[in-house]
Amino acid sequence: MKPLNITLSGVGGQGIGLLAEVLARACLAAGHTVHGCDTHGLAQRGGIVVSQLRLGERFHTPRVPPGEADLVIALERLEAARAAATMLAEGGTVIYYDTVQQPIHVRMGEADYPDHARLEKAVAARKGRLERVHLEDLADARMQNVALLGRLAAVGAVEGVTSAVVRQALREVVPARALDANLEVFDKAGI
Amino acid sequence: MARIADLLMRPEPWSGLIMGNHALARAMIEAGTQVIATYPGSPTPEIAAALDAVPAAERPFYFEYSLNEKVALEVAAGASLNGHLSTAFFKSVGLNVASDALIQLPLMEMLGGMVVVLGDDPGANSSQNEQDNRHFSRMAYFPMFEPADPRETYAMYLAAARLSRELGFPFFLRMTTHVCHAKQVVDFGPRPAAAPDWTPRFDRANGPYIPIAATVHPLKRKALEKLEKVAHAAEASPFNTVLSPNGGAPAGVKRRGVISAAIPALAVLENLETGGQPVDLLKLGLSHPLPRHKILKFLEDHDEVFVVEELDRVMEGEIKALAWDAGARCRIHARTEIEDLQGEYDPRRTWNLLGRAWPDLFPPRRTQAPAVSVPPRLPQMCPGCGHRSAFFAIKHAIAPGTITVGDIGCHSLGAQPPDEMGEMIFCMGASPGLAAGLAMRNGTRKVVAFIGDSTLFHAGLPGLLNAILHDDDFTLVLLENGTTAMTGHQPRAGSGEIGDKIPLVAMFEALGVKLVKDVDTYKQAALAEALQEAMDHAGFAVVIARHPCMLKFVRDRRRRDPAYAVKQVAIDQELCDLSRVCVRDFGCPSFVAGEDGRVGIHPDLCIGDGSCIPTCPVGAIGRSRAGGGE
Repeated sequence: MKPLNITLSGVGGQGIGLLAEVLARACLAAGHTVHGCDTHGLAQRGGIVVSQLRLGERFHTPRVPPGEADLVIALERLEAARAAATMLAEGGTVIYYDTVQQPIHVRMGEADYPDHARLEKAVAARKGRLERVHLEDLADARMQNVALLGRLAAVGAVEGVTSAVVRQALREVVPARALDANLEVFDKAGI
Repeated sequence: MARIADLLMRPEPWSGLIMGNHALARAMIEAGTQVIATYPGSPTPEIAAALDAVPAAERPFYFEYSLNEKVALEVAAGASLNGHLSTAFFKSVGLNVASDALIQLPLMEMLGGMVVVLGDDPGANSSQNEQDNRHFSRMAYFPMFEPADPRETYAMYLAAARLSRELGFPFFLRMTTHVCHAKQVVDFGPRPAAAPDWTPRFDRANGPYIPIAATVHPLKRKALEKLEKVAHAAEASPFNTVLSPNGGAPAGVKRRGVISAAIPALAVLENLETGGQPVDLLKLGLSHPLPRHKILKFLEDHDEVFVVEELDRVMEGEIKALAWDAGARCRIHARTEIEDLQGEYDPRRTWNLLGRAWPDLFPPRRTQAPAVSVPPRLPQMCPGCGHRSAFFAIKHAIAPGTITVGDIGCHSLGAQPPDEMGEMIFCMGASPGLAAGLAMRNGTRKVVAFIGDSTLFHAGLPGLLNAILHDDDFTLVLLENGTTAMTGHQPRAGSGEIGDKIPLVAMFEALGVKLVKDVDTYKQAALAEALQEAMDHAGFAVVIARHPCMLKFVRDRRRRDPAYAVKQVAIDQELCDLSRVCVRDFGCPSFVAGEDGRVGIHPDLCIGDGSCIPTCPVGAIGRSRAGGGE
């Protein structure tokens, strides 16, 4: 299987831990050799959270070097732009959930929040592909992560990681009482 | 998903994708570790959470959150003196707190064996520095294993436990942030079937255990002799091994090699496997004391060797000394630049580092400059955080020029915009002492010190008592949220979750504090008034600024009641005069600066706490009509 570097990012509280765990299990089930790592620390306090997955037998360390991410998965638009600008490899893919959480400097009027054009420019500079995910009627923001997984599986962003494989991983990770609602969002985002 | 507690306690061997911290917890159980103590700190809290998830009645081990790292180490050490294998674990800087006790351990006969697990933090991902605790292994005669990934964490803990028990000698297992948080598939062995033996076996005949003048030298000699035995074991250790993924250098070509350990060693291995260079790697896992003969042989077998380590130049000097003493002809390359001594190493960094010595084999790999700029995103206090209310009230109550002193914990986020409260942070529990010094013979600028509740009990009590005894002229604000919030809501002493609640007001009064105020931080006007009174008081005063951690509160409510719905606030756009106090000065992340110049509420973030309501000068913030009132 082709080696693949994946970086996931978002804002603390958006559920990147579950997203990374489900994706790691799905990659494993698809036959990849998986190295992953999460960055915790201050993540819980609305800071940047990053998680990374490296698929391939020649990878031994868990962190993706800058500019080498074949796939960027972001839970928020500014973090998508940041990861695209710093992490994306040439010809890579960015899949992001289009929601906004303004950092303090933006709220204080000291910095601009990046518009879509800035994100598109960051991706274009790496000759990459941009995939926007947004569900108008999403009942609970805590399921934005599962929406991203739905699109990721539907566009075949990771070799062997099909909808069926991700659904199985979701069953293993998501608590039973929330499973049906999550699977519904997963399917809807895949269309 | 199988719960982590079930995985830890599974009797039969199993294999699965697991993070380093959890692999370590399983290793402790497989090794038969009987007493485990910690103080929470990143990157290690998941170890504690996993162990704590095992129902108390089913635990073959005793586990506790201790008051601080020194106590954790002492509890574990006492158990080892009784013949029970034990472990204390904590973050990098926790070792500074524990060091007074730690330095004695190798002098003592540690009957049951003891492994001290460190969560070092190169890159300072969640610490106030990136100190390299390998220095402690040298200073304290403490042997050290350095795992590079979850598999090695598991295997090396078992090896450290076995050696430690055999030698009655404590061992370090030094993990780093991205070993703790790395995930890979690990193959585990069985859990011991036998119940642990709790017979207390302390016997002073195993000592001496009293280090006084007459015994210190014999004790030190014994420690150094044990260290020699470990050095012998290091020569034969499978964790110290030469890897040649591409075979050695062909005849007539310079023979080149790398000596490295932990994640940098794996990064070099990755470089060699992807780049195909005929370079050998001596990867060290049992890294202190160094396997001298193995290293000398490696130096003899190569024309040039690069020592690749992370953080400080620790192994390098020792390896160069070995080479000098042996008259080795090998050229030794090492890191020379200041930036080489900073941050974590990934395969890009090791590649470029090796390229400095050997550009023919490792041509520079450059990082492309970002095509667009994006604003930084600072971590911040959560929506509804009681600390935000406290800082908002306090920053408007204090006189210009007032010096504010911070400490470790969630409240350290107050140092950032928009509050900028707490203008210096040193280490756990430093704020009362620093404030006393800043207030000394200072007749013009008032001093306010902040401290969290967990930190007060961890290391703040001596500073507190000192301030009381000297009646130092400053105000201590205790930001009381009832938990150790920063690292994931571990219980803290007196929180009611472990032991009886410590009555804070009574405690301060009994210690002799003459003025104690106790205010809920959401009552911002009352808090400002209490602070004013405390600062007007000549001498030491305490203000307890109290509010439960709202992240924990809302999470617990949602767990109990999945249908729990918050009543978010709303802005009356007709009343709003665009002063933007809410979004720029109070600074709750739930406020949104709209492109149209208006201020809005983020529907995903507001928890309906209403702590912002009194901050609006025109009273435009209220409960949303949709959600109903309180």
